[in-house]
Amino acid sequence: MDIGLGHYLTVAACLFTLGIFGIFLNRKNVIVILMSVELMLLAVNINFVTFSHFLQDLTGQVFALFVLTVAAAEAAIGLAIIVVYFRNRGSIDVDEINMMKG
Amino acid sequence: MIYLAIVFLPLAGALIAGLFGRVIGDRPSEIVSTALLMIAAVLSWIVFIQVGYDHETARVPIMRWITSGELDASWSLRIDTLTSVMLVVVTTVSSLVHLYSIGYMHEDPARSRFFAYLSLFTFAMLMLVTSDNLVQMFFGWEGVGLASYLLIGFWYHKPEANAAAIKAFVVNRIGDFGFALGIFGCFMVFNSVNLDTIFEAAKGMGGQTFQFLGFDADILTVICLLLFMGAMGKSAQFLLHTWLPDAMEGPTPVSALIHAATMVTAGVFMVARLSPLFEHAPVARDVVLYIGTITAFFAATVGLVQNDIKRVVAYSTCSQLGYMFVACGLGAYGVAIFHLFTHAFFKALLFLGSGSVIHAMHHEQDMRNMGGLASKIPLTYYAMLIGTLALTGVGIPHLIGFAGFHSKDAIIEAAFAGHTLNNSVFWVLTFAAFLTAFYSWRLIFMTFHGKTRAAPDVYKHAHESPYTMLIPLAVLALGAVAAGFVFAGEFVGHHYKEFWANSIYEGPNNHIMHDMHQIPEWVYWAPFFAMASGFGLSWLYYIGAPWLPEATARTFKPVYLFLLNKWYFDELYDWLFVKPTMALGRFLWKSGDGAVIDGAIDGTARGVQWTTGRTVKLQTGYIYHYAFAMLIGVAAILTFFLRSLLTGGAGQ
Repeated sequence: MDIGLGHYLTVAACLFTLGIFGIFLNRKNVIVILMSVELMLLAVNINFVTFSHFLQDLTGQVFALFVLTVAAAEAAIGLAIIVVYFRNRGSIDVDEINMMKG
Repeated sequence: MIYLAIVFLPLAGALIAGLFGRVIGDRPSEIVSTALLMIAAVLSWIVFIQVGYDHETARVPIMRWITSGELDASWSLRIDTLTSVMLVVVTTVSSLVHLYSIGYMHEDPARSRFFAYLSLFTFAMLMLVTSDNLVQMFFGWEGVGLASYLLIGFWYHKPEANAAAIKAFVVNRIGDFGFALGIFGCFMVFNSVNLDTIFEAAKGMGGQTFQFLGFDADILTVICLLLFMGAMGKSAQFLLHTWLPDAMEGPTPVSALIHAATMVTAGVFMVARLSPLFEHAPVARDVVLYIGTITAFFAATVGLVQNDIKRVVAYSTCSQLGYMFVACGLGAYGVAIFHLFTHAFFKALLFLGSGSVIHAMHHEQDMRNMGGLASKIPLTYYAMLIGTLALTGVGIPHLIGFAGFHSKDAIIEAAFAGHTLNNSVFWVLTFAAFLTAFYSWRLIFMTFHGKTRAAPDVYKHAHESPYTMLIPLAVLALGAVAAGFVFAGEFVGHHYKEFWANSIYEGPNNHIMHDMHQIPEWVYWAPFFAMASGFGLSWLYYIGAPWLPEATARTFKPVYLFLLNKWYFDELYDWLFVKPTMALGRFLWKSGDGAVIDGAIDGTARGVQWTTGRTVKLQTGYIYHYAFAMLIGVAAILTFFLRSLLTGGAGQ
């Protein structure tokens, strides 16, 4: 079986959807949300690399590297926020983080 | 300079007593304002002699006041005979009332305020009588109205006083509305508000017409009637009289100064001042004549049955003002001003005398609770007696008499000479003179004679007033005796033309001042007999046969009640104007303001609150909800753009 463009995109879409559901269905831990976000970024990266390969254009792969960098930075900041939040509130349960309501 | 001093000394007194009264204390405020007024009074008499006898008229410009387009009203004093007579009346009575108030108000905690108001009133009144244009006159007119309001409501803790003050103000507003329209009319027609310009232009205006309320109306008649409406309000003439008796809620010196001697005569003064207009508007003059006649009669009948000592005098004032307007309506302006002049003395005397009685009786005003006071307060009794003799016009025709005899009888004679329909005005006035004599003597008899009906301890403690109150009584009594025969020759006699000079205008067909000396002999004696029979009947009712008043009241109960309730005017106005206005106000308040306006605003506020309440619920605070919203948004935007991209691509 020849692995074509469609297969790559399907994998990426599956990963992305998993990320989304990870965000929505998760009720316990903020770190899981962070991981889900990473998952979505990776799904996007797969898309970039796939198209780069099939279109014979290196720009997509360069962009994928940038996304990785940003993802790393985002993960670092996100984890730092979570640590600070835990210090202040003693919990990082998603259900308890609801202070931003009117 | 002397003119400026007369006008501005009272203002200075008002400012000192009003602004610094708390600093310098009550007694200094009293003394300063009274002293300034006395100086003004002395100067006024000097001016009166200069102007009236040496004919030194003057215009004293003070400053430019309003200049706007063609409207040019400068503030200047117009000093002629008419003004000087009014100056004398106003400052003399005012200074005596100031002096009297020192004694009368000695227990009041707000005396400096009272004196400030009195002086302020005097200033406004002087502004009115010295005005050289209609706008300035209006300024004084409103100034005295304001001072009257403040003084009627001086005891503002009394609800009746507040109600009376508001009533006086509102009723005067109705008259002032007409006055203001009259001024506008003058400016529209003559293009000026200066008296001289208007008078000059009015000569050619008789009979010309203009559009008014869709009718072709005689210009001068309309203007004069509008101006007279103001006079009716200020001088408490029939239909607009209801405020005057209620104004008696104010302190008695106020009643004497404002509601007897000066302010209420402003209407008469205005008509006399504008005689060049009224002379060319015969219809308006007839209205003045008949309104005056009705007022003279109406107020005299009501005065017959009132029991409040001040109200009797108040209705008497109303009636006498009617006499003055009759004289104006006949064209005998000099006679009207003469009666104004003498009336100021004896009516102020009667009011201040009543105040002295009230003072002695510890603020008892009901004559049914008086009686037998002559021996207790003899000086007040003699003062009141002189006032009554003057008011009823005691005197011997062709010879001599009290002040009222010379002036009131002159009006009655003029009424005969005026040839009204069937001599109706003459007969009504003579009958009113009879009524005047009756109620005036009734007041004296009920208050001073017979056995006392007062509570024993009140009667025992009744005491004569202090000298500050008795001296004004004495001076006014002198005026009530002498003002008639001393000045009759100048005011209404053979020298009247030189005396009044140009201050009063008589049309070419106006011979009333001449005709009133060409009347049958019996006309001279008619008011004399009316006065004498009024006295006799009053004596019979209240001394000779004291059971008679009650028997009469019982026999003619409807008439008695009709008079006691002042012809039901208050009730009529209440039903006609007050109730509907209140109902309309209530409707606009509850429905218009409450339901519609408040409903709209409150509804908007409630709607916003409801909406935000719902909107707030959207903000759960859960991150995944926001993320979900973002996702939906991104999906929607993507769908939109992709769709347009695809269809756009298909189109190419």
